[in-house]
Amino acid sequence: MPESHAGEHAHPTAGVYLRVAAVLVILTVIEVGVFYVPAFHPVLVPTLLFLSALKFTLVVMFYMHLKMDSRFFTFLFGGPLLLALVMTMGLMFLFGAFALKK
Amino acid sequence: MERTSLGLDNRKMAFWAFIGSECLLFASLISTYLIYKGRSVVGPYPHDILNIPFTSISTFDLLMSSLMMVLALAAVQRGDLRWAKVWLFLTALLGTFFLAGQVYEFTSFVHEGLTLQRNLFGATFFVLTGTHGAHVTVGVMWLLTLWWRALRGKLGTGNALTVEICGLYWHFVDVVWIVIFTVVYLIQ
Amino acid sequence: MTATKGLRSWLTTTDHKRIGLLYFWTAFAFFLIGGVEALIIRAQLARPGNTVVSAETFNQLFTMHGTTMVFLALMPLSAAFFNYIVPLQIGARDVAFPRLNAFSYWVFLLGGLFLNASWLLPNHPAPDAGWFGYANLTSREFSPGPNIDFWLLGLQILGVASLAAGFNFIVTILNLRAPGMKMMRLPVFSWMTLVTSFLIITAFPVITVALVLLMFDRFFGTHFYLPSAGGDPVLWQHLFWIFGHPEVYILILPAMGIISEVLPTFARKPLFGYTVVVYSGVLIGFMGWGVWSHHMFSVGLGPIADSVFSATTMLIAVPTGVKIFNWLATLWGGQIRATSALHFAVGFIALFTIGGLSGVMHASPPADLQQTDTYFVVAHIHYVLFGGTVFGLFAGMYYWWPKMTGRLLGEGLGKLHFWLMFVGMNLAFFPMHFIGLLGMPRRIYTYAPELGVAKLNLVSTVGAFLIGVSITVFLVNVWRTRTRGKVAGNDPWGGATLEWTIPSPPPPHNFDVIPTVASRLPRWSMTQLKAIPEGAELGTPHAPAGSWWPLVAAAGLPVLALAPLTHTLWVAFLGAAILIVGIYRWAFEPFEA
Repeated sequence: MPESHAGEHAHPTAGVYLRVAAVLVILTVIEVGVFYVPAFHPVLVPTLLFLSALKFTLVVMFYMHLKMDSRFFTFLFGGPLLLALVMTMGLMFLFGAFALKK
Repeated sequence: MERTSLGLDNRKMAFWAFIGSECLLFASLISTYLIYKGRSVVGPYPHDILNIPFTSISTFDLLMSSLMMVLALAAVQRGDLRWAKVWLFLTALLGTFFLAGQVYEFTSFVHEGLTLQRNLFGATFFVLTGTHGAHVTVGVMWLLTLWWRALRGKLGTGNALTVEICGLYWHFVDVVWIVIFTVVYLIQ
Repeated sequence: MTATKGLRSWLTTTDHKRIGLLYFWTAFAFFLIGGVEALIIRAQLARPGNTVVSAETFNQLFTMHGTTMVFLALMPLSAAFFNYIVPLQIGARDVAFPRLNAFSYWVFLLGGLFLNASWLLPNHPAPDAGWFGYANLTSREFSPGPNIDFWLLGLQILGVASLAAGFNFIVTILNLRAPGMKMMRLPVFSWMTLVTSFLIITAFPVITVALVLLMFDRFFGTHFYLPSAGGDPVLWQHLFWIFGHPEVYILILPAMGIISEVLPTFARKPLFGYTVVVYSGVLIGFMGWGVWSHHMFSVGLGPIADSVFSATTMLIAVPTGVKIFNWLATLWGGQIRATSALHFAVGFIALFTIGGLSGVMHASPPADLQQTDTYFVVAHIHYVLFGGTVFGLFAGMYYWWPKMTGRLLGEGLGKLHFWLMFVGMNLAFFPMHFIGLLGMPRRIYTYAPELGVAKLNLVSTVGAFLIGVSITVFLVNVWRTRTRGKVAGNDPWGGATLEWTIPSPPPPHNFDVIPTVASRLPRWSMTQLKAIPEGAELGTPHAPAGSWWPLVAAAGLPVLALAPLTHTLWVAFLGAAILIVGIYRWAFEPFEA
């Protein structure tokens, strides 16, 4: 059954796009800040990964319209993305990235 | 749009599949970078040479270009040819600035002694960011092609899907940069 | 009006049926080339200390045999059926992107020619480091000539063809199904094509990166795989096998799909456990990503990695085994018609099972340490890829030949072909289990008589030549069928699926009226196939238009690849220009699919 097209046409307004842009800029500023502020260095990696994941998600969900589009596209993109992440983790493990002693 | 089994456009579906495939491409390159991090036998090393302020500006530039892109799409979707031309051109322009920044960065790194051949950092860095840059270049060509079509009045609401797909490509390239900026530049 | 005859019509075709035929004949030609390479190998190994070919030529032969069979024969033969049959099975007029389809074919042809051109240069510098090209034998230092360059460039070209086809079939199968053709009504062959396509689009990027890194090492002086600079040759192995393992599922799933069609037809019984077979196929696709380092048990990855990959490898035998039981249950109690196609399908079950058993033996790292890099592995590979994929493909050939050509292949010659091939294959490959366990390594051009494997090697060689004879029988059958084959109507076999509802061969537009499907087995179901859906327009839809641009764009790739090979930069610009012009003309061409 072809699904209705209404969902696909519920476009965010320019206002939403501008707000997303503003958030992206702020997140980038925070990222750079975390890099420069020594107090953050113990939690540098998880914090940066989290912030960049947030930016990634915002661009994909809003600019690439994935949030408003068919869930099938989320699967089509998300599946390989997950595979890519698992592959990267696997390779890093195999090359000793997560070893307790090097 | 002609009738399809899932009610989704063929080209859009193909493009999301393509983007999924590209995730594996960039993940392989990023994995190689991460595996070889810290294994260069000689310098320059990342902390010697990476310029965070400069790259932050590049990152900001690419993020803003995504905004321009999405505004371009909105303009085409409402049939506003005038603003479509403006936003498409600006997206391409910001993309070109990014590329110019990459060229500057690469040449200055080479002057400071970091080449493809010098060490693993050079090899993995240039191949990863170079592949990304090649993708941006293709994107800029695509954007300029659409801009050219708009100049000739041939970018109406019926062409919105083409612009949308170009947008998907452009945002993906931006998203890959988000990852590269974090993983290569900020996490040293 | 599109031309339908003559060279031009073939060069510009975008019709999936023609493209399927192009794939078939091209791939079969490469299959014969790969087969000749194998026969020379077997001739050389028939006796200890033999001198048929030099060591270097031998290295080229086994490298090209493997590379040709995997990339130029088996994958494209499967693609021939994807192309011809899938749109018919799903009730479509063509694939989603007909020009992209043509592009895939031309890139395949040009890539295959590029790779094999290495045989034709002075001193025939064909690739010689194995089909898996381990670093750093493939480095410029240890492989100074152009052999490996042909390999890495040729494979990158071929990768483009496979990727394009992958995207095309994913969209086709998901989006172009006839009304009522729900996913769980899809023929198993089309399902397996879908899973295979997903494997292609996720696995090929990884080998692309591996090859690009090798290319940079060889042309631009990087050290990705060179230990002296901190690089690790094992990285190549990981990247290659992350691709390589899904690749073997890419090779086997289509054949599994074929026999899932053939067995029910000739048992006159629906496939036993359709749902389970489909889900097993999907599961194999996913799980195939988690086993790659079982190709690397002797590398020294450590106990954790070895154990994990051993466990995942043993697990993947489960969905595979499940399918075997389902196929057997399909035959059980069925009304068997022992056609040639069925012979090959049953042969598949037996031979693939044997190959699967040796595979499970490899899954144990301690056992594998003895087996790896010996002929035991060669036995395993050939039972699954020859006994499996090749037999499955021949089953498909005998099954779908009438649909594709309008004539039935001769049954007498078909059975002769089967028995010669079955006996030949077992003679050729069964002894290899013992040859390997007795200690003969792979990829050696000769061996000492003291190793005690001479007699077994001779038997193996006889078997290989018997396979060659069987293929000749097949070719004779093909030749005679052209003029003397029994003419096939729409449905010579009493098949259950949509391809059997239309003429043999089908008209360009496939279906006069797109059917509305109400069952998984439309032709066997009483409730199926309303005569004409209401509101359907009759009259012949237009034939798909042709286009030059896929061919033009495809031509840009080998030209681009010539640049590093000839160390000339302007050739790269020429290749890129051809590609870009081809793409732009393609994009702006008015085209109705």
